[in-house]
Amino acid sequence: MNIDLKYISYLLQFADNSLILGQRISEWTGHGLVLEQDIAMTNIALDHIGQARAFYQYAAEKLNQISIEEQKSYFKSPSIIENLGKLDEDDLAFLRDAWDYKNLLLVEQPNGDIAYTITRSFFYDHFIVLAFEYILNHSKDLQLKAIAEKSIKESRYHRRWSSEWMIRLGDGTELSKKKMQKALEDLLPYVGEMFTHSKVEKDLLGNENLIDLESIEKQWKVNIKEVLDEATLSLPEEMPWMQNGGKDGVHSEHLGYILAEMQFMQRAYPNMEW
Amino acid sequence: MANNKEWPLWEVFIRSNTGLDHKHVGSLHAVDAQMAIENARDVYTRRLEGVSIWVVESKNIHASLPEEAGMLYDPAEDKIYRHPTFYELPDEVKYM
Repeated sequence: MNIDLKYISYLLQFADNSLILGQRISEWTGHGLVLEQDIAMTNIALDHIGQARAFYQYAAEKLNQISIEEQKSYFKSPSIIENLGKLDEDDLAFLRDAWDYKNLLLVEQPNGDIAYTITRSFFYDHFIVLAFEYILNHSKDLQLKAIAEKSIKESRYHRRWSSEWMIRLGDGTELSKKKMQKALEDLLPYVGEMFTHSKVEKDLLGNENLIDLESIEKQWKVNIKEVLDEATLSLPEEMPWMQNGGKDGVHSEHLGYILAEMQFMQRAYPNMEW
Repeated sequence: MANNKEWPLWEVFIRSNTGLDHKHVGSLHAVDAQMAIENARDVYTRRLEGVSIWVVESKNIHASLPEEAGMLYDPAEDKIYRHPTFYELPDEVKYM
């Protein structure tokens, strides 16, 4: 695979994480626990989708500069292959099937109850803030830095929101603590993927724009431990076996359902606009 | 929404970008001041309405009684001499 395509594939990981998590959180809209949190979560969902747009626009711009032949070797979804050469953010979101999505398995996990939704965001928010910080400190890709600079303000607020709810519910009632501890343990098998290199990340090792997953993992563990201690929640002594594959396009069945709902209008009425 | 009954009510005051003072914008439910500020951020500042938030628990606000309005406010109606309308204002003085 062309080295530029690998880098674009790497950018799509960010884009897809943001879009799928945003889509997931948006499922709460109108169903929030209280009005105020319904609005808060809708805001957060929109922030994620906004970040996804920035990454997709950048990825589309870079893709359009690569020969169609080479792009054909990368994409597997027929409908996006038909549109190569003039891709935009919407094509990337609505015309790719699951195997072309590069998001973490973590973000496609179902909302479950509020304990799962908060824990999922908690794991991701702590990761993405460190990732953006790393980009701002090390990357030479100015466009990527600009996206990170804009996004990190939102992500820091998301991290504060999810961390505070971890503490409130973890150190809450007996029942809320039990639910939080269960969500924590059930979602733990999906955190390893954040710090494991995907195939393209392995190939890109040495590229200065690549995030150093090892250093981020260390800091991530320190940061979440601090919150979990305050939340009186605990990580198991031994970490579970970690799930992998999302970043390489191998997903759980959940992603198919998410895409079916999210892409329905574009699939049923191609090129429709509001 | 059952939990709402247990969460106290807070009044929210926002200072806008151009405003000099905090203005009452509404109320919301939250379990403590920290959550009230964050809820206020999410509910009342999502369209760039403000740069500073004050919250106060509604129970701490003491208000004048509506039925006493006549006694309290009507007497000021005919005290026109209390308005500074009898002075010539120099052009330099704005916002009076």
